[in-house]
Amino acid sequence: MARLRGFWEGSSRNPAKRVQFDRPLTPWLFVLPQLLIVAIFFYWPSVQAVTSSFYLEDPFGFGSTFVGMDNYTDAISSREYRRIAGFTAFFAVMVTALSLSIGLLLAVKADKVIRGASAYKTALIAVYAIAPPVSGLIGMMFFDMHMGPFTEMAAWFGYEMKVGINYNDTAFALILVAVWKQIPYNFIFFLSGLQSVPVSVREAALIDARSGWRRFKDIVLPLLAPTAFFLLIINITYSLFDTFAIIDVMVKDKPANNPMTLVYKVYLDGFKGNDIGGSSAQSVILMVVVAALTVAQFRFLERRVHYG
Amino acid sequence: MGQISFKSVGKTYAGGVTAVSDVTLDVAEGEFIVLVGPSGCGKSTLLRMVAGLEEITDGEIDIAGRVVNRLDPADRDIAMVFQNYALYPHMTVKENMAYGLKNRRTPKAEIEARVAEAARMLELQPYLDRKPRALSGGQRQRVAMGRAIVRQPAAFLFDEPLSNLDAKLRVSMRMEIRKLQRRIGTTSLYVTHDQLEAMTLADRLVVLNGGKVEQIGKPLEVYHRPASTFVASFIGSPAMNLLDARVEGGQVWLGGAAMGPAGRAEGPVTLGIRAEDLRPAPASQGVALKVEHVEELGSGRVVHGHVDGQALAVSMAPGLPIGDVLHVGAAPEALHLFDTTTGRRIETRTRAAELVL
Repeated sequence: MARLRGFWEGSSRNPAKRVQFDRPLTPWLFVLPQLLIVAIFFYWPSVQAVTSSFYLEDPFGFGSTFVGMDNYTDAISSREYRRIAGFTAFFAVMVTALSLSIGLLLAVKADKVIRGASAYKTALIAVYAIAPPVSGLIGMMFFDMHMGPFTEMAAWFGYEMKVGINYNDTAFALILVAVWKQIPYNFIFFLSGLQSVPVSVREAALIDARSGWRRFKDIVLPLLAPTAFFLLIINITYSLFDTFAIIDVMVKDKPANNPMTLVYKVYLDGFKGNDIGGSSAQSVILMVVVAALTVAQFRFLERRVHYG
Repeated sequence: MGQISFKSVGKTYAGGVTAVSDVTLDVAEGEFIVLVGPSGCGKSTLLRMVAGLEEITDGEIDIAGRVVNRLDPADRDIAMVFQNYALYPHMTVKENMAYGLKNRRTPKAEIEARVAEAARMLELQPYLDRKPRALSGGQRQRVAMGRAIVRQPAAFLFDEPLSNLDAKLRVSMRMEIRKLQRRIGTTSLYVTHDQLEAMTLADRLVVLNGGKVEQIGKPLEVYHRPASTFVASFIGSPAMNLLDARVEGGQVWLGGAAMGPAGRAEGPVTLGIRAEDLRPAPASQGVALKVEHVEELGSGRVVHGHVDGQALAVSMAPGLPIGDVLHVGAAPEALHLFDTTTGRRIETRTRAAELVL
């Protein structure tokens, strides 16, 4: 955990920079607003979710019955739940891999641009300012069955794209929009990561290695590892949770059998199906899985990361 | 093998700024050349042009018989030591040194042998498996040297390699660099703004000013016969005294005193005299210096004052009495005359006098 803390604290690991407070309560006063926010919006609902996951709630609010682990066994034994879990895993891997690699590629290219660099960067970063539901809407327009340019493009190749009806087509569109939305975020971080690689180190590499790919692989990439590791965690979290709005806009009001992620199913079961207990159980499972994933990443992957 | 030749080399940036112009220089195999000048004089740019980190816009640079203008830095057969060492932070000392060789497909055994040899020479054996951040400044500097040495290149390029070290370490590293270069015999170009470093390291000095070469020569040659007022004021500490004087009747006149003979047409000249060439003289022969301030250096002292309204510094042995007014003079051969407008040296000495020097 010490290393994890160091990761977030950055340079404040230097003891000389530590602030000393005269009264022991002062620092708590400073972190209080943050703690309150975390408590109200994270711990309290989490505790609520865990509690209600053991109850079967009446859909209309007339009392609840303790059912033990039934909600959990119901969820895990459901074929539909496992299918959606499978899609969620696929979705998360695709979105994370694609948005990270494309973001990195664009950052590497943008880093080399000298003339017109700021216009180029602004154009790439601007996408990030788009709110998720809006990007979902834009995605819907692109994949509209009557006038969407992507649908038309597919038609040139003789393929009839039916986003909202065909499971695979919808999955494709969801991934594409989710990736598109996340690229600027990764781009900004990778670009600033690249720009923090010392110029003289790059020049030394220029003298040591002829091949640009080698220099990138051996020198630049390892120095980007802290950034990449941070982004990996953020991206997985994004693909699992923050894509909700995109999915909602693109899947809602469509005929059934559309792909969705676990978060969306939690929402559907809880708020559309009024099965609060079952939905709580699912969200607890999700929480545990994501927590385990993050811990595993810190345990196994962070070891290979070199913090400058 | 390791000659470098510059043929009217120049560098003009896209914006039209000229950083280096018309540098012509032949560096012999094994020679230690120091490029020296104030910041912004183009010395680093020139070095980076040799390395291939800056484009050569005019002329040609030739390393070991190949014109390198169009070659990649990796293909120029040079190794560079950077001011801030530029070590790869994620690699161990050993990996840092081996990286350039690995990329050149050097056999593994050969890499091992060369790294071991360099580590021995630089006393880096205990640190081979450490990362750069676990090393002190001097050790990092040595690793950077090691990275250059293992490559066995045609030339070493040093870009102010000692300026990040503290004063004491700088002196010892300076000697180490010189000893090492003598032992290995690799042609070296060394950039510094420190004239003392330049004097002590160089086989030959290249003094640069405003992107142009002011003077090329052996350190003592440059010291004793500066080609211009710029070189005169830049090389040597304290800086050479430069004073407005006149030549009249075959004599240089300063503040009403005849300083020495000058075989030159009458008129104003800039007179240069090194502080250590000035000696106390009888009142009838010397020029009167109004003493204002004395710097005690222990081994000697520097007397600052004014002559005829112009600042003058005199180095003196300790213990000599100093009054309010000091009469000083210099041997005729210690007088340097420069043109007042161009700043170039005016030769006054006979051939015999040059031979004595």
